[in-house]
Amino acid sequence: MTRIFVPQDMAALAVGANKVAAKIAAEAQARGLPIEIIRTGSRGMFFLEPLIEVETAQGRIGYGPVSVADVASLFDAGLLDGGAHALRIGKPEDHPFLAPQTRLTFARCGIIDPLSLADYEAHDGWKGLKRAIEVGPQAIVDQVTKSGLRGRGGAGFPTGIKWKTVADTQADRKYVVCNADEGDSGTFADRMIMEGDPLALIEGMTICGIGVGATKGYIYCRSEYPYAGKTFSEAVRIAREAGFLGPNILGSGYAFELELRMGAGAYVCGEETALLESLEGKRGIVRAKPPLPAHKGLFAKPTVINNVLSLVAVPTVLDRGAEFYAGFGFGRSRGTMPIQIAGNVRYGGLYEIAFGLTLGELVDTVGGGTKSGRPVRAVQCGGPLGAYFPRSLFDTPFDYEAFAARDGLIGHGGIVIFDDTVDMAQMARFAMEFCAIESCGKCTPCRIGSIRGVEVVDHVLAGVKPAENMALLEDLCNTMKFGSLCALGGFAPYPVMSAVRHFREDFTPRVLAAAE
Amino acid sequence: MPEASTWNAERTREIIAEYLGLEGPMLPILHALQEEFGFISSDAIPVIADALNLTRAEVHGVVTFYHDFRHEPCGHHLLQLCRGEACQSVGSEGLAETVLGKLGVGWHGTTADGEVTVEPVYCLGLCATSPSALIDGEPLGRLDAGKISEALEEACAP
Repeated sequence: MTRIFVPQDMAALAVGANKVAAKIAAEAQARGLPIEIIRTGSRGMFFLEPLIEVETAQGRIGYGPVSVADVASLFDAGLLDGGAHALRIGKPEDHPFLAPQTRLTFARCGIIDPLSLADYEAHDGWKGLKRAIEVGPQAIVDQVTKSGLRGRGGAGFPTGIKWKTVADTQADRKYVVCNADEGDSGTFADRMIMEGDPLALIEGMTICGIGVGATKGYIYCRSEYPYAGKTFSEAVRIAREAGFLGPNILGSGYAFELELRMGAGAYVCGEETALLESLEGKRGIVRAKPPLPAHKGLFAKPTVINNVLSLVAVPTVLDRGAEFYAGFGFGRSRGTMPIQIAGNVRYGGLYEIAFGLTLGELVDTVGGGTKSGRPVRAVQCGGPLGAYFPRSLFDTPFDYEAFAARDGLIGHGGIVIFDDTVDMAQMARFAMEFCAIESCGKCTPCRIGSIRGVEVVDHVLAGVKPAENMALLEDLCNTMKFGSLCALGGFAPYPVMSAVRHFREDFTPRVLAAAE
Repeated sequence: MPEASTWNAERTREIIAEYLGLEGPMLPILHALQEEFGFISSDAIPVIADALNLTRAEVHGVVTFYHDFRHEPCGHHLLQLCRGEACQSVGSEGLAETVLGKLGVGWHGTTADGEVTVEPVYCLGLCATSPSALIDGEPLGRLDAGKISEALEEACAP
């Protein structure tokens, strides 16, 4: 029985992985070859998806991108023995995209069956949780603090300090909330984990629960990720049956229970206080802080709210120690960051590496430039609220502080590449349009300012008092930046102002062009 | 896509009852109602308000806040085209224009024969295999106008 691994990551499905899996099964049956197809997450090399792997005497051998039409020829070439074929990439871990990576958070993703407890355990699963139970709450929080782990959702707040605040707050009930409302364009790391290694997220949340004294956790997953939701709920059921969740985790006396909730298409619910409102069943309106969620969060109880990637990093910290994790990184950005390289890119995918690589290395060396083959003109970092970087800033190291110093943000680690056909005035207009669509409506500068922002860009492009309107746009951005409670209105000016600053030549009236 | 059933009060109450034990049951209830009926009828709002001890205004506020909840049924098939920046970097705006033009609808519009509704979506997390879309919830990547037409024909085939 030869084992063949076919991803069922949503991106692999989008490019035909199910049809390829069905064809492999049919072809093997027709040829009388005994095979077992295992569905995995993705390795994160999306340019090779669907990437199938075959277990051979020399290890797992990859082939990709495989289409249904390729399957017969793969069998002809001796697929089951790792035979030579134009699509053969050799061992995936030796591939130039994977080999230089440091996979801590994504160590198992794409390799294991996401819903197999045996696979998870065989690949170092539950070691962090077992260690956490051994050392107890105080040491858990200490380890996370010492590791230097910072919130991977975008704000970069030290995770250990957040946990300590919740641990130190007395209450009859506390919560752990996982923010899986990964709405930023160009990001897919949370989705990959929930589809490819969901038990790791369960482990991370359970450790957090023990550490801060919370007995209930919620995962708030965006509704655009139906596959992540399904796989994750199944993983929760499996973990509960095996005693990794419940009233007495592994006989330790600690209790922790998890529940998945699906969002409903509101980007602003990725903002932590809007998310809490939404979980409570209300409109996703941002709350003023203080009180901090750590003091008064979900249902006014002390709540840890962390991104998926922060929580999934925790089992490694506990298992291998804070020093090990903190040993990776750059400046005050410790550990590894799963960077997502997307958009018009030749080698798009997930690249987990210690902080510190420059933007240029990520775009040109790792990403291989644009898919269109045209020159890279702009790179948007950190989602729809992140700044556009021109080539002249490609020496910026991937690090929270270095990006902030250049009026940008790394956010959730997404990088979207644009070639020289991009119209940066339209991208600035879109940032305002997106903010108008997604604003929760609480703060006037965000709610009204974004609508006015679209109009102002339109006026500039229509040649209506362009100089005055450019000044107005800058003024408006300032008002939004300083007059909005949360990052939606506060950061929407980043893409707009970076487009204005670095690509001002695009903000010229188009009257003549329109008249032609 | 499953055919939406017509709204009925009794079934609505049954669905609500299933979720009343949850903390913050509002969103799970609304998702379940939309799953059952294909949209959230305005007639459902007082029923939910009554069950959750809220005002009708509060329930209406929630239903209208979230983009997912429909106030009327959509076409037999739902095409959601991604407008995120990663999709835009590989020409999704032009692609959307072509598809909308071909179907003769605008964003959120339904074709005259009631077959297809087209909605924008802001990122599906398929940003390295863009442009992306969902047809009746099935993900599609590396799209062009031809592939979308093909997929729509496949979805609409009897």
